[in-house]
Amino acid sequence: MQRILIIGATSAIAEAVARRFAARGARLYLLARNLERLRDLASDLAIRGAATVDCAGLDVNAFDRHPAAIEDAARAMGGIDVALIAHGTLGDQAACEQSIELTLLELSTNAISVISLLTLLANRFETQGGGSIAVVSSVAGDRGRRSNYVYGAAKGAVTIFLQGLRNRLQRSGVHVLTIKPGFVDTPMTAALEKGPLWSSPERIAQGIERALEGKRDVVYLPAWWRLVMTAIKLIPERIFKKLSL
Amino acid sequence: MQLQGWGRHPVVNADIAYPSSRSSAVAAVSAPHIVIARGMGRSYGDSALAARVISSRYLNLLLDFDASGGRVRCGAGVSLAGLLEVFVPRGWFLPVTPGTKFVTVGGAIGSDVHGKNHHVQGCFSEYVECFDLVVASGDILTCSRSENPDLFHATCGGMGLTGIIVEATLQLMPLQTAFVDQTTIKSDNLEETLAALEDRRAATYSVAWLDCQAAGRRMGRALVMLGEHASGGTLHAPRRRALSVPVDFPGWLLNRHSISAFNALYYNRVRARSSARRLHYEPFFYPLDSVSHWNRLYGKGGFTQYQFVIPKAAGLAGTSTILKRIAASGRGSFLAVLKALGPENANYLSFPMEGYTLALDFKLQPGLFELFEELDAMVLDSGGRIYLAKDCRLNAAGFQRGYPRWEAFQAVREKYGARGRFGSLQSERIGLG
Repeated sequence: MQRILIIGATSAIAEAVARRFAARGARLYLLARNLERLRDLASDLAIRGAATVDCAGLDVNAFDRHPAAIEDAARAMGGIDVALIAHGTLGDQAACEQSIELTLLELSTNAISVISLLTLLANRFETQGGGSIAVVSSVAGDRGRRSNYVYGAAKGAVTIFLQGLRNRLQRSGVHVLTIKPGFVDTPMTAALEKGPLWSSPERIAQGIERALEGKRDVVYLPAWWRLVMTAIKLIPERIFKKLSL
Repeated sequence: MQLQGWGRHPVVNADIAYPSSRSSAVAAVSAPHIVIARGMGRSYGDSALAARVISSRYLNLLLDFDASGGRVRCGAGVSLAGLLEVFVPRGWFLPVTPGTKFVTVGGAIGSDVHGKNHHVQGCFSEYVECFDLVVASGDILTCSRSENPDLFHATCGGMGLTGIIVEATLQLMPLQTAFVDQTTIKSDNLEETLAALEDRRAATYSVAWLDCQAAGRRMGRALVMLGEHASGGTLHAPRRRALSVPVDFPGWLLNRHSISAFNALYYNRVRARSSARRLHYEPFFYPLDSVSHWNRLYGKGGFTQYQFVIPKAAGLAGTSTILKRIAASGRGSFLAVLKALGPENANYLSFPMEGYTLALDFKLQPGLFELFEELDAMVLDSGGRIYLAKDCRLNAAGFQRGYPRWEAFQAVREKYGARGRFGSLQSERIGLG
C-alpha cells in the first residue's frame, strides 16, 4: 500500500492526483493552508477508497514548521513512498513589478518554500534509499517572459534545483519527477480566458500518475507542451525580447 | 468571462465566483449584487446566466457516505457522473436521473429534474433528504421536508432563485448490475405510441423517441423504449471512449432534409415490432453523453429545446395538434422525446404534472420564437406548462399561466430576502425579478 504525502493538497491538480491514489486504496497525508477545504477533501478521499487519510494545516512560508510537518506525516503513515509538492500561487505580475515585498513573497511561496521542503525530503528519501519525489513546476519556468516572469523565475529555480537533486539522488535509487503542466483550468487561473490550449486538472493528474509509475524524470503535461516549449526556447533572445508573450 | 447555456443562446459577459468551501460561498453571496448559481451549464437557455454568477464547480467534494444505507452527502457541484463513477461499482445508483449525467447535484435540485421513471419514482427532489442553502442574509440554512419546509419546496425546482445550494444529502438506490434490459416497441402512429406508454406503465423506465417528421397516418410513430435494471451481470463494466464534436458544424448541415433522413433511418433501424436487448446503463440513460459538445452540431447560431407537458386528459388531441403545427412549420427537430409523467409534487415550480411531456430540439432561426408562441398558446390552453430548464424565451404571462403557484413561490422568496439578490436573465424575463 503506497504512502503518499501531498503538500499543497487543496490545489486542483493535487486534488485530482489524490483522487486517483485514493481510488487505488493508498494511504494519504495532506498538507495545505485552507483547513476548511482540507478537512472536506480528507472526507472525500476516504469515501473514494483511501486506506487512511490524515491532514494538517501548513503555511508553506512558515519554514520553521517544515521539519515537524514532514516528521508528522512520516509518523502517521509509517513512512513516505511518494511526496508530491503541488502548492503555488500565480501572483499578479504587474503588482509585483511595483512591489519588492510582493515579488519576494511570490518567490518564497513558489520557490524558496519548495526548496526548503525538498531539502528535508531529499535527506529522508536518501536515507531510506527509495521512493519518489514529484514537484509541480511549470512550462513558465522554461523561459522568462514579460507577462509572468516572477512566477516563471520561481518555477525555473525549482526546475533547476530538481535537476541537481535528481543527479544527486539517482545513486540512492530515489526517483525525482519534475512536472511541467501547461495551461490548466483551476481556481488559480479562474480569472483567465480559456482557449483550446487549456487542460483539465484531471488530465494533468492522469499524466502525473503515469509519470510516477514510469519513473520519468521530466514530463510536460499534456505531452505536446514539450514541442511548444522546445520551439519557444529556440527563439534567439534578440528576437524573443521583442515578442509580446 | 463569456457565458452561455447548453443551447449557446443567449451569450452574456459575466463575473464568475468559484467558491470552494462553505465560507467562500457565503462570501460570494454577501455582496449587494444579484447573483445566480451555476453548475455545469447544461440548462439550455438563460436560467444560469446573469451578470454575476456563482459557480459550484469547486464545491465538488463527497462529504459523507453511509455505506449500509446508501445515503451520500456531497457538495452542490458534484456531478451525477461523479456520483455514478464512485457508487455504481459499490452497488448504488441514482433513483432519478435525467438524460445527461453531466449535471450537478445543485442543478438537479434547482431544476427538480426527472427521468424515464418519473411515472413511478417522481422527481429528483424525492430523494433529496436535505440541503444547505446560502440565503440572502449570508446565513446557511438547512432545508428539508421538516426543517424550513417552505424553502425546501421553493428551492427544489426553484431555478436557483432562493439562494446558493452548497451541499446536499441524497438517498441512492441499491443496484445489482451495471446493465439494463431494454425492450423496444415500434409504434405506427401517435395513438399507438401513447397506448404503448400507457399499457406499459408498470415498466420502471419508459420513453418514446418520436419521428416528428412523419406526417399523415404515420404522424407520431415512435420507438417506445422500456427498461428494467438487469438482475444478472456485473457492476464493473468497461467505460466507453467518448467521441467529441471538435468544431462548430456549419449551420446549414441540419436542414429539414437531413433531419428527415436521420429520423427515417433511426426509426427503420429497428425492424421487429418488439425487440429486447441488454445494454450498459450509460447508453440506456445517457445516449448523447457519449458525444461531447454535441451542441456544436447545430452550428454557431445555437439551438433550443421546446419541452412542454400537457395534462393526461388533453393527451392525444393536444399532442397531435401540436405535432401537426410543427410539421406544417417545416422546422425539423432532430430529437423528439415523448414521455408519460406521473403526478405533480409539492414543489412550487417543479415542471412535471400527470400527463405527457414532449421535448423537441430546434436550431435557432428567424421565426422560431413566433412558432413557439403559437405552441405556448396550445400548451397553456390545455392546462400544461413549459420546462424552465430548457427555456430561453417564455414570457411572464406564459410562465404565470403554466405555473399557477408562482405567487406562493414569490412569497417564500420575499420571506427569505431572495428577491433582488438571486436572479437570472430568465427570472427577469418571466417576471420573477
